Order: sequence, then C-alpha cells, then structure tokens
Amino acid sequence: MDKVVANVSAALDGIEDGMTLMLGGFGLCGIPENSILELVKKGKKNLTCISNNAGVDGFGLGLLLESKQIKKMISSYVGENDEFERQMLSGELEVDLIPQGSLAERCRAGGAGIPAFYTPAGFGTEIAEGKETRIYNGKPHILESALTADFAIVKAWKGDTAGNLIYKASARNFNPLMAMAGKITIAEVEELVPAGTLDPNQIHTPGIFVQRIFQGEVFEKRIEQRTVRKKD
Amino acid sequence: MALDKIGIAKRIAQELRNGWYVNLGIGIPTLVANYIPEGIEVEFQSENGVLGMGPFPFEGEEDADLINAGKQTITTLPGASFFDSAESFAMIRGQHVQLTVLGAMEVSQNGDIANWKIPGKMVKGMGGAMDLVASADNIIVAMMHSNKAGESKLLKNCTLPLTGVGCVKKIVTELAVLEIIDGAFHLIERAPGVSVEEIVGKTEGLLIVPEFVPEMQL
Repeated sequence: MDKVVANVSAALDGIEDGMTLMLGGFGLCGIPENSILELVKKGKKNLTCISNNAGVDGFGLGLLLESKQIKKMISSYVGENDEFERQMLSGELEVDLIPQGSLAERCRAGGAGIPAFYTPAGFGTEIAEGKETRIYNGKPHILESALTADFAIVKAWKGDTAGNLIYKASARNFNPLMAMAGKITIAEVEELVPAGTLDPNQIHTPGIFVQRIFQGEVFEKRIEQRTVRKKD
Repeated sequence: MALDKIGIAKRIAQELRNGWYVNLGIGIPTLVANYIPEGIEVEFQSENGVLGMGPFPFEGEEDADLINAGKQTITTLPGASFFDSAESFAMIRGQHVQLTVLGAMEVSQNGDIANWKIPGKMVKGMGGAMDLVASADNIIVAMMHSNKAGESKLLKNCTLPLTGVGCVKKIVTELAVLEIIDGAFHLIERAPGVSVEEIVGKTEGLLIVPEFVPEMQL
C-alpha cells in the first residue's frame, strides 16, 4: 500500500480550524518541523495541540503560539517558552498540564482501544480533582482517559512507502504513541525508501498506523541545551 | 561548613548500589552521575527514552537526536537502549527503576513533595515528576534546606501545589541527611562542621534529633 504524498502541503490537507492535533517530540527532539512550518503557512486557527512540550520562542510549536493559532495546549512540561507563559498567565491560551507518563499512556491507550486506565501518578494532587479513584494493591490510583486526535503528526528517521517507520535515538519519544492515536497519521521522515528496503525486524511503527508519509525538505534539528565536554 | 551542590551530589552517590537502574532529575541530581563510588555499577534512565546514559559528548560530536530529559545533549554507554515514552514510564511505574533522585521546592514531614508550580508566578509543568514520585519505592530529594528568601523548605505541610503525597523517604541538603519516618523528619547525618542547632533552626517541620548525629563522610 502506497502512503506517499507529494509534499508537506498535501500531507496536511484536511486540517481545519478547531481540530485536535497530536505532535510528536520531546523538547525540540523528534518534532515534525516541516509540518509545523506548513501549519503556520496554512494559518488554521483554534487548534488544540497535544504535545509533551510547546517548543521554544521562535521554533517548533513556539511558532504556532506566536501566530496565535493554538487555542489549547495539552502538555506535561512547558518551561522553555516565554510567549507560552505570557499567553497562559493572561488567559489567552487554555492549558491542560498532565503527568508525562499519563500523557504517553493516554496516547497509547487512545490508539489501542483502551478507553481509560488507572495510574498512581497524580493521586492527592490537583491533577486528581474530579477523577475517579480506586485502591489497587493497597495503593490509591486515579482514572485517566484515552486521548485521540483528528490528525497525529510524527517525525521519523527512516520510513518506507508503506508507512513503516524507524526512529533514531531519543527522537522516538512520543512519536510511536501518537502515530497510533491519530484518526489520520502523517509521518514526515528524513529518508523515504521503497517498501522492502527496511528490515521488518527493525520497524518501530508498523505502516498500519500511518496514512500519509513524505520526506521532509529541511531538518534544522535545533538543539535546546548544547552540553559538551572538552577532549583532554 | 555547608556543602555545595557537588557535596550534595557526592553524598547522594553513596546511596547507589550495584546493579541499580537510576533516574536522575534536572539540576543537582544530574551531578550524581559524576561521583559513582568505585566498584559500583549502575545504569541511568532518562524518561525521554534512554537507558545507559553516558557523559556529555565531546565538542563537535553532539547529536540533536540524543538528549536527556533536561534536553541536554548526551552520549550512550555500551549496553544502552532506546524506547518510546510509554515504555519509559512502564519502567518507572512498574518499579523496574530502583532509585529516583529529584529536586523539590518543598517537602513535608509526612513525605509530601511540591516541585512543579507556584500559582500565578511559575507554571512549567510537572513533566515526569508525578509519575516518578507516585511509583518509586526509593526517592531521594536533593535540595537546599531553605529557599532564596531564607524560609525552610522542610515543612509541617507543603504550601505549594503537590507533586505527590507521602512519597519522599530521604532528603539530602547542604546541611543534613534526613529520613522521613512516621510523619517526622529524622536527622541522620550533618554536613561536616554544621551544628545540630543550625539544622534544627532551619527545619520548620517536626524534627527528631538523636543523641549523637554523625558527620557525613565525603
């Protein structure tokens, strides 16, 4: 099955105002940067974005915040973005902060047909307010519901025309989980190869989860915290 | 004399045991990796999907695709592995990680911890902290004894929004090692040259002080 679309513009076809999007990545690592640039260009508004982080000022999801296209963010950590903080504290932006492990599992559950699950994370905190609680093995847990999205946009290292994906190092993070949870999943890859080229043993996301795939044109791969040591 | 950040990291490193998988939070906890005692082999887990984290890369060898949970460029050691975020938190919630070290803004005498939000001022999010503290059996908090305003961070009750309840077992500050047992801080060790009186004066919560409080051996 050929999932290839001509370019990023065709890949994002059908994304409309008010939709819910999942975007893979942790910090700026493994984010679908070509798709984010194109989202800015298309200018769709009132988006709900589910993403572990919200980019930084001037890059990643920070661009969509600056263009005021995001109505609501569902994230776990948003510390590196002044514009985000400003919009949140002023009430312009709705923000739902959830524990990182719960965010990951909620995406996985959404793609796996599990409507909700119990987790110990957040019990006794404001995260638990309004949620069902239950004791298992003598320990309190809270009920968390699954997340899905109109579109999930993920970034992989290599992909084939059938939509099979391989991620590199820690750029995997939320990408495979969100790929499962999108009604339509778009994958942008650094290298697109014909089906049959990738070793089936090495596939991280099977093509069944991916509806559209394209090779990205630019990957700036900005580094947030460049930490190095000197050679002695 | 009170310890510096490196001293706190060195003292926490003494808690490491052979064969443990360890998750280190951002800040002082990250420094613990630099002071693993001789003969101890541990593997560091980073919740963004890395086991077997190594030191920072040499200049020019940074890889944007290889970072830790603090978004710093890192390397991996032989035996390392990568995985997605759900699998990473399966390791954490499933108690496959033996030790979690993290920072805090406040800890209460019954082991509650607050470290993710100051209402109206600072909202960065909890990241993986809530999952970590709710799941780990063995949590050590690395922090300064007082905040920048000079107020104790070891309290009867936390005043900030909680990250987890009744979960902290041990705290290492620049002044002391404390354990939380049955709703009270217990003074276990003091930093070299630091008096018991100073620690008592800077601890707001209930503090149990034994007759003899040994100095830390660093």
